[in-house]
Amino acid sequence: MDEASATEPDPAAGDAGDGPAAGDAGDGVIRTRALTKRYRGGQLAVDGLDLTVPAGSVFGFLGPNGSGKTTTIRMLMGLIEPTSGTARVLGHPMPRSSRAVLPHVGALIEGPALYGFLSGRDNLLRYDAADPTADPGTRRVRVAAALDRVGLTAAASKKAKAYSLGMKQRLGLAAALLQPRRLLVLDEPTNGLDPQGMREIRALVRELASDGTTVFLSSHLLDEIEQVCTHAAVMARGRLIVQGPVSELAAGARGRLVVTTPDTGEAVRVLKEQGVADVTADEDRVTGEPPERDLAEVNAALVTAGVRVRGFGVERASLEDAFVALTGEGFDVAG
Amino acid sequence: MSRAESLAVRAPSPLWTFGLLRSELVTTFRRWRTLALLGVLAAVPVLVGVAVRIETRGGAPSGRGGEGGPAFIAQITNNGLFLVFTALAATLPFFLPMAVGVIAGDAIAGEANSGTLRYLLVAPAGRTRLLLTKYVTTIAFCLVATLVVAVSALAVGALLFPLGDLTTISGTQITFADGLGRALLIALVVAASLTGLAALGLFVSTVTNSGIAAMATTVGLLITVQILDQIPQLHAIQPYLFSHYWLSFADLMREPVYWDDLVKNLELQALYAAVFGSAAWARFSAKDITA
Repeated sequence: MDEASATEPDPAAGDAGDGPAAGDAGDGVIRTRALTKRYRGGQLAVDGLDLTVPAGSVFGFLGPNGSGKTTTIRMLMGLIEPTSGTARVLGHPMPRSSRAVLPHVGALIEGPALYGFLSGRDNLLRYDAADPTADPGTRRVRVAAALDRVGLTAAASKKAKAYSLGMKQRLGLAAALLQPRRLLVLDEPTNGLDPQGMREIRALVRELASDGTTVFLSSHLLDEIEQVCTHAAVMARGRLIVQGPVSELAAGARGRLVVTTPDTGEAVRVLKEQGVADVTADEDRVTGEPPERDLAEVNAALVTAGVRVRGFGVERASLEDAFVALTGEGFDVAG
Repeated sequence: MSRAESLAVRAPSPLWTFGLLRSELVTTFRRWRTLALLGVLAAVPVLVGVAVRIETRGGAPSGRGGEGGPAFIAQITNNGLFLVFTALAATLPFFLPMAVGVIAGDAIAGEANSGTLRYLLVAPAGRTRLLLTKYVTTIAFCLVATLVVAVSALAVGALLFPLGDLTTISGTQITFADGLGRALLIALVVAASLTGLAALGLFVSTVTNSGIAAMATTVGLLITVQILDQIPQLHAIQPYLFSHYWLSFADLMREPVYWDDLVKNLELQALYAAVFGSAAWARFSAKDITA
């Protein structure tokens, strides 16, 4: 499964030469095997990463700052050479097949980078000129369409240095959308945007995904991942902790029973009797781990004991709960 | 396995590299910094011309002889065309190479500094192609900068001094048209003299992620080399310093032209371009882009 067996001019043959992994190569738009990056200082940034991003998914890539997300993305984009292991994007090995793969990939890496002395439109024209597959004949039309898509048409002639952070972010997104893409790699795409802008970006991501584009989205906002992603992976300290469909990941953490009542003291006593573990009371809310038995009986027991119940139910576990359960730590910067 | 084979949407036109080059040229020459550098270069002949004019107003042309100041300065009062040669001789040791050092040093490091390098590379511009585009753009700047000095000098010379047939260093007379031709040739040779430094600057630019550091290093190297070239005890290494034969362009004003040093200069520039061009390529094509 090393590059040595693959030959670039005939990608299909190259895949066949990969032996046991050949059948799997098509499964993932992104597929890494034991991908490792050790920087020259000896720091291990990414450690044996096995990542598979299914085609058509909106894939959330989670992890605290310094967990190796950006290094992984840079390796996938051919900017950094892996120390060992392999990375395949759209079925081709990276960074060797950059020329064939990258025209199909739109990327926003570690925030936008712009030429401040050029207008927004001229920035996009320049990036488009750097793409060998971009047709110069349709360049202006495509640039205008991309600007329109991110809502920057009115500011297109302004110098980029006069843009706000949110506008720069939008322009960076526009650069990723200059051509129809098979894969979008978006590193913190809602950074610097106001809530309305965030909603717009989420809507855009959903729209792109419904057109069949695979979206690889890194974020530190668990909430955001939960809202738009179908799949997710969690990294910590250079290692992959878990990956899979978001529904399964969240299911991994159990929900909590929540009872809203003015009679908290009595409620705590009854719930403990009914086998609810880890009961805590906070003002008029009593929460605990749901017991095995039917919750209807728990509710009946509360009412029988004269506890006035305003609300009763199980709160679904969030991805954040899942994350804390998985890593045993908060969402902080890795030390 | 349906993903791998269907990657090609549109075969890149063989001419797309020129699209990238055009974008690079437009981007470089639209920058305020580039225009400011060219403005400074255009001002040098004006200063020299006006100074010579004021100095010789009393009707005593070049009383101190040709020893003080740059080459040809004594002949300017007789023929404005000599201001072109004087201005090039005055700017070649420092102003011109400094401007080239700024542009070359910033070529890759400046893009890395602003983060735009990663987006050009994922576009994907291709590392070799981007480096070549940068080098060609820097050489284009060498040519434009030299022509700016020459044209500004010609305009000032024509305005302040008489024009006409001129006398070569060898004492023969050549026509004004012939003189113009030689001025153009000299400008081209001066531009070519800067290509070695351009390659050196580009190499420095691939080593760091700071545009300012790359510019400062390149200009620092230029000054160091210029000083080393002045120390007699170092005569053994001096023929290998990129600036050693720079002023050989004056030999084009001999009749017949004395080619030895001119050829040595061009060979030396080609050597520097080859060595540091390769080093820049080796460095840039294997570099981890972390900026």
